[in-house]
Amino acid sequence: MDAGSFKLNFWANGPKPGELYSFPGATGSTIPGCGPVRHTLNPMVTGTSVLGVKFDGGILLAADMLGSYGSLARFRNISRVMKVNDCTVLGASGDYADYQYLKQVIEQMVIDEELLGDGHNYSPKAIYSWLTRVMYNRRSKMNPLWNTVVIGGVYNGESFLGYVDKLGVAYEAPTIATGFGAYLAQPLMREVLEKKATLSKDEAYELLERCMKVLYYRDARSYNRYEIAIVTESGVQIEGPLTSETNWDIAHLVRSGFQ
Amino acid sequence: PRLASWPFFRNQYDSDVTVWSPQGRIHQIEYAMEAVKQGSATVGVKSKTHVVLVALKRAQSKLTAHQKKVLQVDDHIGISIAGLTADAQLLCHFMRQECLESKFVFSTPLPISRLVGMVGSKLQVPTQRYGRRPYGVGLLVAGYDEQGPHLFQTCPSGNFYKCKAMAIGARSQSARTYLERIRDQLPDCDLNELVRHGLCALQETVHPKKQEHSTENVSVAITGKDMDFTIYDNDAVAPFLQGLQKEPKKQEKPAGSSATSQASEEPMEQ
Repeated sequence: MDAGSFKLNFWANGPKPGELYSFPGATGSTIPGCGPVRHTLNPMVTGTSVLGVKFDGGILLAADMLGSYGSLARFRNISRVMKVNDCTVLGASGDYADYQYLKQVIEQMVIDEELLGDGHNYSPKAIYSWLTRVMYNRRSKMNPLWNTVVIGGVYNGESFLGYVDKLGVAYEAPTIATGFGAYLAQPLMREVLEKKATLSKDEAYELLERCMKVLYYRDARSYNRYEIAIVTESGVQIEGPLTSETNWDIAHLVRSGFQ
Repeated sequence: PRLASWPFFRNQYDSDVTVWSPQGRIHQIEYAMEAVKQGSATVGVKSKTHVVLVALKRAQSKLTAHQKKVLQVDDHIGISIAGLTADAQLLCHFMRQECLESKFVFSTPLPISRLVGMVGSKLQVPTQRYGRRPYGVGLLVAGYDEQGPHLFQTCPSGNFYKCKAMAIGARSQSARTYLERIRDQLPDCDLNELVRHGLCALQETVHPKKQEHSTENVSVAITGKDMDFTIYDNDAVAPFLQGLQKEPKKQEKPAGSSATSQASEEPMEQ
């Protein structure tokens, strides 16, 4: 099974012109020891939290625009949110290069599907399921894509919000937060939803803005420049770059000296 | 026997599927399509909401059971076959695998048009490879997906066709003639009428003196909106057959009146 599962491989592994062709299955030759050896990696350039929240008629996804190189705020204008198709968006935290690889694969999948031109397109759930399988298979080969991904969208009038991580753990929920967001923002989001199970778009937007502000204050690997993706029945919109209003007046009170 | 029934002398160009005849034909493929015509008849009909497959099951001898003609591929897709049963089993297995993969990877039931496309591509391979032979089976693929009900026909040539209604197998031309006549009524048929049209078409393929429809030799299968692919065999077919009344063969009536008499006169108990 391939990433683009509707590709047909009937002519793959065929004879090359001028080459001596041995029929498949003749000798069970597996090249021993040669070829790249893989082990679990360390992430290099990383993205921090991604937040997601459902509202009445759609979903919102937010992620800042920073690629950290350890503690260095290295790339300060990168997008960690992508539009998959008119009903799905995807946000990623973790290794940025792995996200870029995923982005390329997914974009090609979407193109391949457009080429089929048969009126069917990937639902958010389909992308979520597919990604879960990919991530789990990679982890099982001890060569993970070092990301935590949030997938959101609207399909047949229903909102979808899902989480997939590098272990292949996957779940759906009305609010999702990865990385530091799980500790700092998730309680804030859940508190709002506990009071009111269905939010309006504006309420959800305010909630995310508040959470992004808190994350900028408290997450040492965050940045005050973020994007918000909005998905509704009418389509996908990615707003940004946005900035939180911050007030550092109390900074001088901190003993270790934030001026 | 070959020369006696064919108008052309073509023995020279029909031994391999990789050989073209001077007339631009590949005889092996055409011979494979003949195998489909040797199989017992099966009919498919489609309305706006449902698809129905009906098939005449043949028994090889009085001792054997009637050969299964309708196979389930997934919750929402099924096929009926005409031709080499073994080839059909292989294709059915392939189709089931593809459907399972779609459900497992994408949590999405495979759209029928895509499945049929894959089958078509698979059918084409042995028509262009030395040492292989075309699959000797034609399928009627019936299913329901997000875009509604679908009916497709596949051929040993690798071609596949989207159909409003179709009949394949022995003496299926009579059934197709019937279907052409009632073609425009089909979209708005309710389920009972749809099955009835299918069975009437099937009846056209049966020699009135030699064989009759019975619960033993007819298979009915239905799928559609809010209805998983369901196969009716043996006793379960009885209610469908009861609604069918015996009437003189359509060929004896003038073409104009038969369409109207079909619609108004027959009661259908379900």
